[in-house]
Amino acid sequence: MATETTAAPPRRRETLDSAVIRFAGDSGDGMQITGSQFTNTTALFGNDLATFPDFPAEIRAPAGTLPGVSGFQIHFGAKDIFTPGDAVDVLIAMNPAALKMNLADLKKGGILVVNVDNFKETDLKKAQVAVSPLEDRSLEGYRLFPVELTKLTRAALKDLGLDAKNMDRCKNFFALGMCYWLYNRTLDATHRWLDLKFGSKPVLAEANKLAMKAGYAFCDATEAFQVSYEVPPAKLAPGVYRNLSGNTALAMGFVVAAQKAGLRLYQGSYPITPASDILHELSMYKEFGVITFQAEDEIAAITSAIGAAYAGSLAITTTSGPGMALKTEAIGLATMVELPLVVIDIQRGGPSTGLPTKTEQADLFQALFGRNSEAPVPVIAASSPGDCFWVALEASRIALKYMVPVIVLSDGYLANGAEPWRIPELSELPEIPVKFRTEPEGFRPYEREPHTLARPWAVPGTPGLEHRIGGLEKQDVTGNVNYEPLNHERMVQLRAQKVAGIVQDVPDVVPAGDADGDLLIVGWGSTYGAITAALRTQRVTGHRIGHVHLRHLNPLPANLGEVLKRYKRVLVPELNLGQLVWLLRARYLVDAISYPKVQGKPFMQAELEAKIQSLRAH
Amino acid sequence: MTATLPAYTKKDFQTDQEVRWCPGCGDYAILSAVQQVFPELGIPREKFVVVSGIGCSSRFPYYMNTFGFHTIHGRAPAVATGIKIARPDLDVWMATGDGDALSIGGNHTIHMLRRNVGIKVLLFNNKIYGLTKGQYSPTSEIGKKAKSTPYGSLDRPFNPLSLALGAEATFVARSVDVFLAHQKAVLRKAAAHKGSAFVEILQNCNIFNDGAWENLTEKELRDDHTIAIEHGQPLVFGKAKDKGIRINGLELEVVKLGDGITEKNLIVHDERHPNPAYAFLLSRMDATPGFPTPLGVLRAVEGPIYEKQIADQLAVVAAKKGKGDLRKLLQAGDTWEVR
Repeated sequence: MATETTAAPPRRRETLDSAVIRFAGDSGDGMQITGSQFTNTTALFGNDLATFPDFPAEIRAPAGTLPGVSGFQIHFGAKDIFTPGDAVDVLIAMNPAALKMNLADLKKGGILVVNVDNFKETDLKKAQVAVSPLEDRSLEGYRLFPVELTKLTRAALKDLGLDAKNMDRCKNFFALGMCYWLYNRTLDATHRWLDLKFGSKPVLAEANKLAMKAGYAFCDATEAFQVSYEVPPAKLAPGVYRNLSGNTALAMGFVVAAQKAGLRLYQGSYPITPASDILHELSMYKEFGVITFQAEDEIAAITSAIGAAYAGSLAITTTSGPGMALKTEAIGLATMVELPLVVIDIQRGGPSTGLPTKTEQADLFQALFGRNSEAPVPVIAASSPGDCFWVALEASRIALKYMVPVIVLSDGYLANGAEPWRIPELSELPEIPVKFRTEPEGFRPYEREPHTLARPWAVPGTPGLEHRIGGLEKQDVTGNVNYEPLNHERMVQLRAQKVAGIVQDVPDVVPAGDADGDLLIVGWGSTYGAITAALRTQRVTGHRIGHVHLRHLNPLPANLGEVLKRYKRVLVPELNLGQLVWLLRARYLVDAISYPKVQGKPFMQAELEAKIQSLRAH
Repeated sequence: MTATLPAYTKKDFQTDQEVRWCPGCGDYAILSAVQQVFPELGIPREKFVVVSGIGCSSRFPYYMNTFGFHTIHGRAPAVATGIKIARPDLDVWMATGDGDALSIGGNHTIHMLRRNVGIKVLLFNNKIYGLTKGQYSPTSEIGKKAKSTPYGSLDRPFNPLSLALGAEATFVARSVDVFLAHQKAVLRKAAAHKGSAFVEILQNCNIFNDGAWENLTEKELRDDHTIAIEHGQPLVFGKAKDKGIRINGLELEVVKLGDGITEKNLIVHDERHPNPAYAFLLSRMDATPGFPTPLGVLRAVEGPIYEKQIADQLAVVAAKKGKGDLRKLLQAGDTWEVR
């Protein structure tokens, strides 16, 4: 950019250790793309970051209305960043609805950029605003920058011969250009992206570049912007990094797992928010031999995967809560026939259709217990977007080693959120050994490997291993259909012991913060960032706090009970009504305190800090 | 492969498991027919996979000495699809019933057929729920008095062949449990078909719906109530071979041969007719009073085979992009280095 910008240097630069920007506009305004581009540029610059895309379930709610507001928040810094940020430093509001829905999160004195071209009488009416906030002094506490975004964008593009509609679609890039100026970022990465994206339509690439440049130049030229900011690169661990979202990480993780296991990856899936991106991603990896099967429904998605597992593939199925409900019976079948399978649940707000695009952690009970009869299943939860990659590998390894279905819990926040991710060396990837039964002599379909209790994987096509499996109860060892009372009890116990025995592969927990003391915070899944951030500010003299974040929810780590007892109190924050806390209380007879939140939103750091402080006071 | 293939007999496809169907059940005859046909097919035994759902018919895999998977109610087509996609070299057969395939598993059945996955489907149709002890099924005739319908059933039945044809199945046939020779001939044709082969086998449940097909199976009645259709042959039926099927506009007619009407006026069966509407017309005959029930292969056409298309697409992309490279996968997109 330096070569392109000839204007005078910014008037004053302030250095910050972190900042939070939120882009808010109509669903059709391209806020997700704008946010992603700012994220990518910021990642390449070397900041640590976390993002929070927040969009409506409706693809295009009526333009300009409150339900149509789409937002993208990014928190980036020169220090470790654990959450997308509680309060916003810069809010870009493309219309009155976006302003109304997001203003409450803007810090007092924060920068507010509004597109005044969208504050006409009709726009206000659509947002159910009686008096324009630009005129009623309600924005006085903020640094307001009213910008004619639409007009200025059109002026910048007037020579390209585009119609008004196409010109207006570039106004988000005008806003992006402004943010790049504000944080002293270059436009290079976004230029590259535009060239790729609009390869066949260079005029559109050009239009967006021009709009972005105009936004940048506008800030440069306008006296109104007296300050720009610098957020220096973070001190991340050495290595090569990329920006990674949770769903992309899962997709990549399973491709790697299949390669390391020497198996074909088979994904059976039915489109569902917020899990569909895993299907989109995996459908691109055909050069790895990945088969993606978009099934006719959730049940066919999982049962076809069971078929593929039976036939010797690393089989996975991806879904969200309502889809999990439909897969329930099939998970029971996989438990009974003891085949490897990974079931991925990207949790969203529920019950029923609930809040399709919002995040929640309320499928824990469903994952642990949501089947008929005694059907224990290992459950693993990812704690950050990048962690999704490693969880995919871990789930595959367990499924293949123990011949069990494994449930992976992620959620909408991890799925769509992104963070810088250190790309591992190939040598860092775990080996995933797989052994197919080939020897016909002495083959018995339900004879177990003593250490893991896994039964042999005898795939069709192997001479001499013809045998029958199914959902009816099996006779121990032979696998023949058997209804005898004592055999049933033995098989129920064997299946339970097998899953419980996975604990030998579950590392002991080591609390972050203080290893014993006053308060232990126990979390799981996507609350990792918020708890970690809160822990950093709340470890004060005289109040010893630790944090355990559970990756393995079944079986639980062997030393968890002992660790819980090292602290006077145990706090369990969860995005549900208290599911893990219920489990801990039942399992360890510990009087753990629940801190639930079910608003379709992640925890804010401040909420957790306040909760910790209130416990300290009492 | 063929050189080293053992000379299989029926015995090679029998298991040591006690068969637990009711004495007199039509399923025994179907099991016997399949066990007689499999040895003839020139396929190594370990390549056979028999998949089923739930119901009396779905116990089938336990009695076949092949790989077998007794799955859950209605889902056999999806499990079988996963097997066939993952391992196209396997010979995948499916045993199912009218409730399993057309009620709880109806969705999977039609989607398997529309995709033309290479699975041979044996649908045992006894027009009743047997394993749950006698409720009416989606193929039961209207007014059926059964456990759950003491005053008679109200819903219109599915014709399995019409349904399969509506899903544009590439192979659609019908046989009868007790017609062993006919059944074996149909099974051989199904075995040779590439793509989904849908075979309805009319089967008697002697406990809950005895005699459901007796019009078609009793010696005195069957010749007037069935028509054995053969590719390239005119549609003639009746004890004296004196009746035939003629087409008039969009309607079929039963005509008596003689009085100027000869076989030349009749439909000559073309199982390869590209338009499924032709076979559909034939399938509707058994719902029309005065018409015989067609037995044999109604439709056998070539179509794109799903598992082959998947394999081809993988090969095309791999040829274009080169074999997958994990390092490239991990480092895709913009990256930066922290020192």
